[in-house]
Amino acid sequence: MQQSKNDVWVGLFVLLGAAALLFLSLQAANLLGLNFEAGYRVTAKFDNIGGLKPQAAVRSAGVVVGRVESITFDDKTYQARVTLLLQARYAFPKDSSLKILTSGLLGEQYIGIEAGADEKNLAAGDTVAATQSALVLENLISQFLFSKAAEGADSKK
Amino acid sequence: MSWWRPSDVGFAVRCKLADIGMGARLFVRLLRLLPAAFQRPGLVRDQVHFLGNYSLAIITVSGLFVGFVMALQGYYTLQDFGSTEALGQLVALSLLRELGPVVAALLFAGRAGTSLTAEIGLMRAGEQLSAMEMMAVDPVRRILVPRFWGGVIAMPVLAAVFSAVGVIGGWIVAVGMIGLDNGAFWSQMQGGVKVFGDVGNSVLKSLVFGFTVTFVALLQGYTAKPTPEGVSRATTRTVVMASLAVLGLDFVLTALMFGL
Repeated sequence: MQQSKNDVWVGLFVLLGAAALLFLSLQAANLLGLNFEAGYRVTAKFDNIGGLKPQAAVRSAGVVVGRVESITFDDKTYQARVTLLLQARYAFPKDSSLKILTSGLLGEQYIGIEAGADEKNLAAGDTVAATQSALVLENLISQFLFSKAAEGADSKK
Repeated sequence: MSWWRPSDVGFAVRCKLADIGMGARLFVRLLRLLPAAFQRPGLVRDQVHFLGNYSLAIITVSGLFVGFVMALQGYYTLQDFGSTEALGQLVALSLLRELGPVVAALLFAGRAGTSLTAEIGLMRAGEQLSAMEMMAVDPVRRILVPRFWGGVIAMPVLAAVFSAVGVIGGWIVAVGMIGLDNGAFWSQMQGGVKVFGDVGNSVLKSLVFGFTVTFVALLQGYTAKPTPEGVSRATTRTVVMASLAVLGLDFVLTALMFGL
């Protein structure tokens, strides 16, 4: 088969398309950060996870250190069982605590992990005991209303 | 033709059915003649060069400006909710899921589809296709198949370039002009865009549109009336029908991919 000048241009065209796809997968969709990190699984039980979703970030001091892998419901304790995949290069003390936080007022929910003081570190399969549920706006408002009502009842006496 | 005489209505339906059957058979032939495209890859290469490379300029410039506008418009709306960091995610998701494949396909229909139709229609008008048949050369195999597969190859590449350039355009406006945080822009995007769910479906969509647009263009050219007026009508119909088909299919594909 004979080579032609078009070969070069068509080759460049297809390579450009491949580069565009690569850019989209790596930069826009973060292909590398998603699936191929080695890590260890830790479970935690929350009374209420609010709007937490699988693949949500786990952050410590604002840095992403892992992802939420799965969320299931435990019908023995009536709690949400959240499995976290933490990156292998980060270790946390055994008594670290988990909190469900929100980025911004209406942003996505993520799990914040606060380091404890234990000498031993969390290992694969461990369960984190100290958890704090998501802030649910309705509960907050009803608490506020109840306390207001209680104040009103006090001042009438 | 009158609408109340049963024989006229029956005739019209029969003609339409024959058209549809002819189109379907041509489509199946084009698909089954894929080995013929491999036998003479040079022909396909020349068509990719003509359909793809020459469409790059319009695709890149449109992608850039669509990205610019998406970022500006998204910013105005997101500002009201105080979540302008989500701009990167908004731009990337709209481009990957909808605008990239659809707008690239519409531009491709206008830029490449029309030239395919006009070329083949003129070949028919000039009786070149009949001449090939006289020489026992199958015009579908020699003329239509390389153009069809060339278009099918070029379309996903163009759509990917469109989306990538659009994301860069959105970044230029969001970070360069508006002054959003660079890290927040990318990290929100990376948090919201899935590799297979969004990027993969984007490629799949553009592949389907590539089949659609190229096939409509070829069919219109192949069945054009062999007159100057017939060719010009066929070229117009290519743009109208290809655009409508792309938009209709896009709805179906979106419902299948993201809706349920």
